[in-house]
Amino acid sequence: MHSRLINWFKFSSPATFYPLAGRLVPWFTWGAVLLLGVGLYLSFFVAPTDYKQGEGYRIIFIHVPAAWMSMFLYLVMAGWAAIGLVFNTRLSAMMTSSLAPTGAMFAFLALWTGAFWGKPMWGTWWVWDARLTSELILLFLYIGFIALKSSIDDPRRGDRAGAILILVGVINIPIIYYSVQWWNTLHQGSTIKMSGETSMDEVMLITMLIMTFGCWSYAFATALSRVRCIILERERGTTWVQELIEKEEGRGA
Amino acid sequence: MIKTLWTVVQRDLTLALRNRSDLISNLFFFIIVVSLFPLGIGPELETLRLIAPGVVWVAALLASMLALERIFASDFDDGSLEQLLLTPQPLPLLVVGKILAHWLVTGVPLVMISPILGIQYDLSSDVLWILVVTLLLGTPALSLIGAIGAALTLGLRGGGVLNALLVMPLTIPVLIFGAGAVEASASGLGGEGHLYMMAAILVVSLVFAPLAAAAALRISVE
Amino acid sequence: MSEFFAMGGYGLYVWGSFGMSALLMVAEPLLLQRQRREIITTLLRMARQKRGEARTMDEGVIE
Repeated sequence: MHSRLINWFKFSSPATFYPLAGRLVPWFTWGAVLLLGVGLYLSFFVAPTDYKQGEGYRIIFIHVPAAWMSMFLYLVMAGWAAIGLVFNTRLSAMMTSSLAPTGAMFAFLALWTGAFWGKPMWGTWWVWDARLTSELILLFLYIGFIALKSSIDDPRRGDRAGAILILVGVINIPIIYYSVQWWNTLHQGSTIKMSGETSMDEVMLITMLIMTFGCWSYAFATALSRVRCIILERERGTTWVQELIEKEEGRGA
Repeated sequence: MIKTLWTVVQRDLTLALRNRSDLISNLFFFIIVVSLFPLGIGPELETLRLIAPGVVWVAALLASMLALERIFASDFDDGSLEQLLLTPQPLPLLVVGKILAHWLVTGVPLVMISPILGIQYDLSSDVLWILVVTLLLGTPALSLIGAIGAALTLGLRGGGVLNALLVMPLTIPVLIFGAGAVEASASGLGGEGHLYMMAAILVVSLVFAPLAAAAALRISVE
Repeated sequence: MSEFFAMGGYGLYVWGSFGMSALLMVAEPLLLQRQRREIITTLLRMARQKRGEARTMDEGVIE
């Protein structure tokens, strides 16, 4: 029976996960560079000009992926937080805190590019539109999480307190989104309707998806390399970190 | 069950009523903030009537957030919180008792004083009535959600500000529907939709907040 | 080439947003590498200190 049972917890110990993450980071970094390169080329040279917004609409190729990534990373963090609380595995809590800065960066980027797109199209830098407002609230949630983690010294309590905050936050995201939607909406209908046909040109859609996958593998690379830093910091007392440091010293680091 | 709830509420109420100072200061914070806005924005009744719901609601949110820290902090300092955790009674029940006591001490005075403050903004009587109803529905939800933040930031340095930072995003729906209800009814649109949503938020937070706060307490006190 | 940068009059906005994204998505990995190097150097220093103390303890001489 045991052989068929995949040992899910093989990589849940930091010691075994650290080298695995080390091997994965270069793959994801190069994946990101490649995908973003192709995506940028497509978005500037291949995608046709928009009939209404002319060239300005090209900002969509970074605005929408950033917004998607900020929400997606928050959900991934919530997933890791739940696993961390249920299985009490330290590594999943480390993954949660390693994703937070990247998610906050994407939320800020979504706001920045949204404002830069709003200026020519709607005339002002900041518009109290439903999506921009809920993105701003999402950024506050990220900052709240990072502030809570940094103000708790004991890592064990920090992990579990952060996990609870994220889970409470995740329940609130749909409520916040619809209450802001109810409150006011200026944003044009979502151009990408998963159900119906998208009101967008084929090439534009492909470019945006490539850019999204580029950002996705970028987020993976940064999260994995940050989790390695966190592991080193948290596990400094362990023997395998000492050996690692000796090896590092041997290489004249 | 009800007996334990009542004993916790009674204990907290007597404790809170013993030192009325921070109870009064919280109320005056609300009054001052609401009275400051006309000085800042100007005396035209038209604009005041327009901004009244938003101002009163933001002030209520700030006042309740200011008072949140005291739910668990005093018990945490003198160690009675650990005893509370060790009792056989379900912790969420005790947490609900503490939140209810906190709401009675801070929320209800806000609700009672808000009509008088509403007169400053020349609100008609039925708008004042809607304002009181929304505050009656909203302030318990604020206390419930705020209790999660208070439990998470127990005993941390800079806890008060951190608590506001954590809880603020979560209370935004309450603020939107609260101020929206008053505005909608003032403009004749009818605020029932908003009120239903607020009641829904209150019920949801009444169910989930104590569980989350209890879990957070177990973590913070460990 | 210059009309490419003009971006049909929206140059500031397009390059403003893509520029900021590029800036952040380059800065973050660099910060991460610096953070990693810092951790390793501090751990190295601590390891050396511990080894240093061990040697003086053996010789019975404690500066």
